[in-house]
Amino acid sequence: MRSYLPAYDLVAPDTLPAALALLAGGEGWRPIAGGTDLMVLLNAGKLPYRRLVSLRKLEDLRQITVSPTLVSIGAAVTYSQIQQHPVLRSEFPLLCQAAGWTGGIANQNQGTLGGNIANASPAADSAPPLLVHDAGIRLLSLAGNRSVPYEEFHVGYKQLAMQPGELILAIDLPRRPSPWRYHGRKAGTRRAQAISKVSFAAAARIEGSRILDIQLAYGSVAPMPLRCFTTERFLTDNLLTQAAIANACRILTSEIAPIDDIRSTAAYRSDVARNLLAEFLDKLQ
Amino acid sequence: MESRVVGLPVRRKEVLGKLTGTAKYVDDIDIPGMLHGATIRSTIPRGRIQSISFDAGVPWDEFVIVTSEDIPGINAVSLINDDQPCLASKVVNHAHEPVLLIAHKNKDELRRARELVHIVYEPLPAVFDMEEALRGSVVIWGEDNIFKRYLMNKGDVDSVWAEAAHIIEEEYSTGAQEHVYIEPNGMLANATPDGGITVSGSLQCPYYAHKALMKLFDLPTEKVRIIQQETGGAFGGKEEYPSMIAGHAALLAWKSGRPVKIVYDREEDMAATTKRHPSRTRHRTAVSKDGRLLAMDIEFTIDGGAYSTLSAVVLSRGTIHAAGPYRCPNVRIRSTAVATNAPPHGAFRGFGAPQSLFALERHMDKVGRSIGLAPDEFRSRNFLQTGDATATGQIIKQQLDLAGLQERALQAAGYYRKREIFPTGNAAGALKKGIGFASFMHGAGFTGSGESYLQSVLELEGTPEGNVRILCSMTEMGQGTNTILTQIAAEVLRIDYDQVEICRPDTAQVPNSGPTVASRTSMIVGKLVERAAHELKQKLFAETGLSENYSCDEFKACVRDYLSSSGPLRTRVQYQEPPGIHWDDQKYEGDAYGAYSWATYVAEVTVDLVTGEVQVDNFTALQEVGRVLNPVLASGQIEGGIVQGLGFALLEKVVWREGSMANNQMTNYIIPTTMDVPPIKVLFEEVPYEHGAMGAKGIGELPMDGPAPAVLNAIENALGIAFTHVPLTPEDILSHYAVREPAA
Amino acid sequence: MKTCSVSLAVNGVAHTVQTLPMKRLLDVLREDLQLTGAKEGCGEGECGACSVILDGVLVNSCLVPVLHASGSSVRTVEGLSQEASPHPVQEAFAACGGAQCGICTPGMIIASVYLLEHNPHPSREQISEALAGNLCRCTGYQKIVDAVHQASSRQA
Repeated sequence: MRSYLPAYDLVAPDTLPAALALLAGGEGWRPIAGGTDLMVLLNAGKLPYRRLVSLRKLEDLRQITVSPTLVSIGAAVTYSQIQQHPVLRSEFPLLCQAAGWTGGIANQNQGTLGGNIANASPAADSAPPLLVHDAGIRLLSLAGNRSVPYEEFHVGYKQLAMQPGELILAIDLPRRPSPWRYHGRKAGTRRAQAISKVSFAAAARIEGSRILDIQLAYGSVAPMPLRCFTTERFLTDNLLTQAAIANACRILTSEIAPIDDIRSTAAYRSDVARNLLAEFLDKLQ
Repeated sequence: MESRVVGLPVRRKEVLGKLTGTAKYVDDIDIPGMLHGATIRSTIPRGRIQSISFDAGVPWDEFVIVTSEDIPGINAVSLINDDQPCLASKVVNHAHEPVLLIAHKNKDELRRARELVHIVYEPLPAVFDMEEALRGSVVIWGEDNIFKRYLMNKGDVDSVWAEAAHIIEEEYSTGAQEHVYIEPNGMLANATPDGGITVSGSLQCPYYAHKALMKLFDLPTEKVRIIQQETGGAFGGKEEYPSMIAGHAALLAWKSGRPVKIVYDREEDMAATTKRHPSRTRHRTAVSKDGRLLAMDIEFTIDGGAYSTLSAVVLSRGTIHAAGPYRCPNVRIRSTAVATNAPPHGAFRGFGAPQSLFALERHMDKVGRSIGLAPDEFRSRNFLQTGDATATGQIIKQQLDLAGLQERALQAAGYYRKREIFPTGNAAGALKKGIGFASFMHGAGFTGSGESYLQSVLELEGTPEGNVRILCSMTEMGQGTNTILTQIAAEVLRIDYDQVEICRPDTAQVPNSGPTVASRTSMIVGKLVERAAHELKQKLFAETGLSENYSCDEFKACVRDYLSSSGPLRTRVQYQEPPGIHWDDQKYEGDAYGAYSWATYVAEVTVDLVTGEVQVDNFTALQEVGRVLNPVLASGQIEGGIVQGLGFALLEKVVWREGSMANNQMTNYIIPTTMDVPPIKVLFEEVPYEHGAMGAKGIGELPMDGPAPAVLNAIENALGIAFTHVPLTPEDILSHYAVREPAA
Repeated sequence: MKTCSVSLAVNGVAHTVQTLPMKRLLDVLREDLQLTGAKEGCGEGECGACSVILDGVLVNSCLVPVLHASGSSVRTVEGLSQEASPHPVQEAFAACGGAQCGICTPGMIIASVYLLEHNPHPSREQISEALAGNLCRCTGYQKIVDAVHQASSRQA
């Protein structure tokens, strides 16, 4: 533990308006949900935010609500809660799978989806599923509320399209009526409790050799998690053959920008990204 | 021979405290008036200290500050040499080298102040790898960056090359490995009113710290007291390093007159303390037409980091094990330990042998394959047998049938069947299965005359309750010292296991029975317990009315009576070298170890070519260990060591940047979880060693030697690629398959 | 510097501490309440040596600011064997050799108890998954899984 604790302040307001007022007050207040990212920084002496607003008492942020067209996950819902919800398990399997990958059970019990999004790591396990599930991020501030498609939300390395004073309220997932094939896989540093070196989420509708619709999302291969639109378009424009798979992999290479870092290499990430795509497409055939 | 206690799975002696959370590790202890200490460390790998400044805004007058100027005795962490400073005074030779110490009663104040000490350096050129160190263009230690060299010569390798049917060469390397004991290093020190110093904490060798602090403080032996607290894992990482942190805590206590506790956090522990020595081994091997080893020419080099510490001894063990369990008439081993500007590397379970045995057992597969022999067949033709001489010329006296042992291991693992069927499954798909093995040995106890030099002493005493207490310096760190030694005493004395206690290692109370290292506790010190117990029994027979067939209660009553009527009841024994051990330290020839344990380990893997990840599906470990003193503890040691070995092979990579560990967090230095371990089948065989306790040899380090070469042999079987280094990462594996597509 | 008053129940006993709100629950347990069973192995939520059960849920107490435990109930290893007889999981660890150096043991036992309270008869695979967040460097895990399996087979 390397932080000078007297320099920090943590309050837990009882209501959402009270929390928003602090966040909008211009005095450096930032939200804390489960704490599984921020407390690691505190332990390392690297937490830049001195004033934290706990979302702990805000019941609105801890609900999962289901309507005929939408499942709405409150920002402070934990990974464990996500994995246990029957509708999420049956209709959004990639998100549940990713929730089971994030840390061990103790971290899943505390870590929240909103917190994971707000942390804005390119390696976030939840991000590729959110991209594939067309997630929308609902934001709230004293000025009002708005919704941003997740694919437009994480705009750069550790950068989110958020205004000062805004709080992530919920993550909206549109329910899909037609049959989709889902596939998610992660290459991590070990078999459990591992930061991902490459993570992949995919969904497709296929008829024979024709891909009607496809979504491909990756984490840890670019400054932020991303959809590979050019590769997706190629695959819907062409029949699914071995040659098309090889070409799709080539196009994928141009869409991603992996780096060397402390955990892995650009070359490995690039190879694995292609391999994961080929593995998925082979399964579709 | 019927056993009452030894050979049975009796419960760990100190298990209750560990299960209920009441066992006290050093950070669990709080003393009124205690200060917390922290270490200010170098931020560069090599340089001259120009200035030290203390930022404003901190109440520095409330702090205790210690520099090298405050050291009463010699500024060294005394070990074999005295080249490692306790606190850097004018120069630093590695990143994270301790420069000064601060202490305060409030942890928050300490945390803040720690960031506000600034040291300005004039950087000097630094050396970061073995090749650069050997080139010697920048000299950072001694005359030539060489801590130690050995030359082992048996026969004449150079006479063989011209006529040999086959000559096979290869180079192998291993990386640094961090211990990751789950309890970081910690010490609690107190200056005593009589001008002495008492330090207690997490450690393996109380008498090492005792000797080091005597020199640091220039104090006589009775004024330094070292106590071992419950220790949360060590694996060699708390063999020599504790002398450093003990010295630091003691200096702060000395200067302040208050108790001082220093506990490292994980980041500091990983960055600043010892790791396994990285190694590079070159093999050149001559083989006859019928697959017999004619010559082994081995060059073994290890990176010792910035100060000599234990590198000479690690080099020694690595050298002696480098030619393995094979019979070869001509062996030359040239080994070197070099200096680089990294934090000094140190003891880690196996102590040089995992490094040199990795190279050897990879190489034996290569040699066999090069001459068209299956790996098991090639090894069988060349194993040492009873009456053969090892590479040091030691004659194998025990009944040894390594071919039989290897065969039983392979059968237990289903090796032949799997070897046959895996290629069919591997023909299609991304999952490639393979099976491979390693055959090896590990010498127990100190090398050569080392045990004689130690002159270990052990005492038994009667307690007022009528129990017997063992007094020795052997430390429990999870491996089962307390249990094994008390089992042996109970067995010899024919009393209940619960009637034997063992004293907490405290240099004021226990004699020096040597360090808890080198797989010596059961074999060597257990033997001292055996002898002391016999003597105690004989003493009671001679001096009291105790009958030959006494019951446990009668024994208890006899001890109680003895104490009240005659005074202390004690026996004391000292190590006696078994007859016929001859070792030449100059020529590195003779009987290197009293006994060896022998093993074959078999690894079965699946490599996923989509991600390059390796899963170990099954692991079989068969070893001959003399005598299994406690089957649960013994198999626990093997399983734990194997999992550390699997980490060494596949997961545990130290990322170096400018001589500093960049991935010094548990998030980024990867050790196995429950999901990363295979089912492990542990099988024991026993050929009792007459000079080991109840026939036992050592087992603590043996399991560290086998996994890495077994796994890489299995991977080669799966993929047909001969990787020659560990850790072998998925990045390494996939780089062999990469088809670099240009962007569309 | 703003201290706060935090009331929490630990192993059924009510406590109120005056402390800084960002102080880790781990440190409040160890320093303020002298319950040193939970250990610090990493400070990053990776090793699980600090595991406790907070409001019925397994957490890494090194990542919980004490304010987040206000009004909560906490179970630590010290609360498992209060009537001087060990919890079945503790008994199984003793019988199977599940503890070596013991530093990971309190967290490992808490995580095992948590598992068995939710899944009384887990398979070995499920036990491994449930304990994947508790690192052990001594045992290689085999005897820990054996112990949890034995404890579960002896439960009703």
